[in-house]
Amino acid sequence: MVVAERVPLVEMRGINVAFGGIHAVRDVSIDLFEGEVVGIVGGNGAGKSTLMRALSGAHKPDSGEILINGQVQSISSPRDAKGLNIETIYQTLALADNIDAPANLFLGRELMTRWGTMDDSAMEDQTRKVMKRINPNFTNFTSPVKSLSGGQRQAIAIARAIHFNAKILIMDEPTAALGPAETAQVRDQIRHLKTEGVGIFLISHDIHDVFDLSDRISVMYHGRIVDTVDKNSVTPDEIVSMIILGKRPDQATATELEQLELHT
Amino acid sequence: MTNAAESAVAEPTPQSSSLRGWRALEIDLRLFGIVIALVGIILGFGLLTGGRFLTPVNLINLTVQAVSVAIIATGMTLIIVSRNIDLSVGSIVGVVGMTLALMMTQILPNAIGFDHPLTWLISLLVGMALGAVIGGFQGAIIAYIGVPSFIVTLGGLLAWRGVTFGITQGVTIAPVDPIFRLLGGGPRGSIGGTASWVVGIIVCVAVVALLAYNRRRRRQFGFALRPMWAEITLAVLGCAIVLGLVYIANSYLWPAALARQWSQETGQPIPPGGLQAGIPWPVIVLLLVTLVMTFIATRRRFGRYVFAIGGNPEAAELGGINTRWTIMKTFILIGLLCGLSAAITAARIDGATLDLGAGYELYVIAACVIGGTSFAGGIGTIPGSVLGAILMASLAYGLSFIGLVGPIQDVVAGIVLVTAVGLDTVNRRRAG
Repeated sequence: MVVAERVPLVEMRGINVAFGGIHAVRDVSIDLFEGEVVGIVGGNGAGKSTLMRALSGAHKPDSGEILINGQVQSISSPRDAKGLNIETIYQTLALADNIDAPANLFLGRELMTRWGTMDDSAMEDQTRKVMKRINPNFTNFTSPVKSLSGGQRQAIAIARAIHFNAKILIMDEPTAALGPAETAQVRDQIRHLKTEGVGIFLISHDIHDVFDLSDRISVMYHGRIVDTVDKNSVTPDEIVSMIILGKRPDQATATELEQLELHT
Repeated sequence: MTNAAESAVAEPTPQSSSLRGWRALEIDLRLFGIVIALVGIILGFGLLTGGRFLTPVNLINLTVQAVSVAIIATGMTLIIVSRNIDLSVGSIVGVVGMTLALMMTQILPNAIGFDHPLTWLISLLVGMALGAVIGGFQGAIIAYIGVPSFIVTLGGLLAWRGVTFGITQGVTIAPVDPIFRLLGGGPRGSIGGTASWVVGIIVCVAVVALLAYNRRRRRQFGFALRPMWAEITLAVLGCAIVLGLVYIANSYLWPAALARQWSQETGQPIPPGGLQAGIPWPVIVLLLVTLVMTFIATRRRFGRYVFAIGGNPEAAELGGINTRWTIMKTFILIGLLCGLSAAITAARIDGATLDLGAGYELYVIAACVIGGTSFAGGIGTIPGSVLGAILMASLAYGLSFIGLVGPIQDVVAGIVLVTAVGLDTVNRRRAG
């Protein structure tokens, strides 16, 4: 091979996460390169979100290594992850409903005046600017976010992730709460971030989303990675069969595939 | 289609012009409601007594009586907003009050001499520090070990009252230091007429400056501004209220006998109109506490974090906030405020009794809840809680003024509490 070995942006090696006796993630290794989108798919409880929570600092893995730009890093809190330019859009959005959009966008990273007070005007100003890019229809900057629509709330969560120069972005079901127009906006945003060299882990239930946006796809089943495949080398049907059976297509028996056929 | 729906939410729908005028003032309607209720109660008692209730001395006394509860309520607001509770405040007041009295009657006179000019300050600082340590100790168990605050502070409610008894075997300790006694109010414990006007004018200047500063900031960033008439209305209204309250405080004159005694002590003549008492020291303390706590709650990061934790603890954690330390700080803060409140209570009754602060936890929580603090977390204001405390004190004072004492007061307080929260719940449901 003539191609020089590139250092992955993220490399997770032998990650294990257990809750009590339940192994949510078993010995998973996965990597992500600059400007790449890796789709992570799998059924409910396959361990997708748990794996990503280990990277975003929300839950420390029981064992395994995380390398960022080839260096082993200890990520034991969301603050650590943010320090490494890892930003996350959580499935639950993780917004404090009782405070307004600028307060949520800057939560934990408030802009301060030189007197040590929060600079709410500056935060509102920057929020207006970033929202103009993400969702031009967003106009409510002073009400608690509780009163906003699902799409607007999602826009805040996305804005929060990209406003602070993320190098690594984890998106857990970013379009789950969105209508068709807003979903298209998010897709455009992902493509745009890709061109800026941001590496993205994309968790989604929507196979079309994943095929449309990903470069590689990792399929998880019962806490393990079944396989990581190049998008162009598989069909959506093959991915679906991997999600359901937990086996690579060449490992599945003819009867299993036949049953799948009957079910779908 | 989505556009239409969103703009309908964002733009105020056409309404009668009077309502739009209201909105331009951007007055907190919830707070305004409490003020109306408070004025209603005071005027109601005035009506019942044929106006006898509406004297400066009554209005000042009921405010002074609210101070101890109101000071703690400012801290309790943050505790409840962050989805916790503190049942131990009354017992902390007991321990600190007893310690303060002990310091002033026995420890400090032996150490630095009787009637030393710094006795009051040392006692006050030690008392507040003791409160902070107790609060921090309970807060650490709550935040770092994860025992529910209800349980920890219920334990504190029992334990610290026991400690209070242990300090003196239940004996009342009195009297407190003469300078310290000023914290309790009364004619001697008030700042006087001239100083009161000065305070009033300073507050007015601050109100105008704050309005101007906010307007300048908003213009700098090109945000929508309040109409000028609204700004002027707010400034005039604010100053009128402040100066009106100062006028009431200054209408309270020293009783003649006490004034003569003062004249003999100081060698100064009594002014022709009588000696104006002005604003009592405890009320000055409450004003400062309200100001500082409002500043902490709304302008500092810590306050923002407390509200974020109350709104969504998981989001706060994922946002990178050190939630445990934030929670522990709220308990340190309320401990500190309990210390201050204990000082004011001990100064007012000129000593410490075994039951100093007993039952405060319920009055403090009631004050917060009447003031609009939600038990679901994430919602509450410091001025609201202070007004809630004053409202409860007005009721208690008014009822005893018309001769209804003891059990009936408790019945009324209970009814008011449930009614206030009931109205709030209905309002919130209607607002969605």
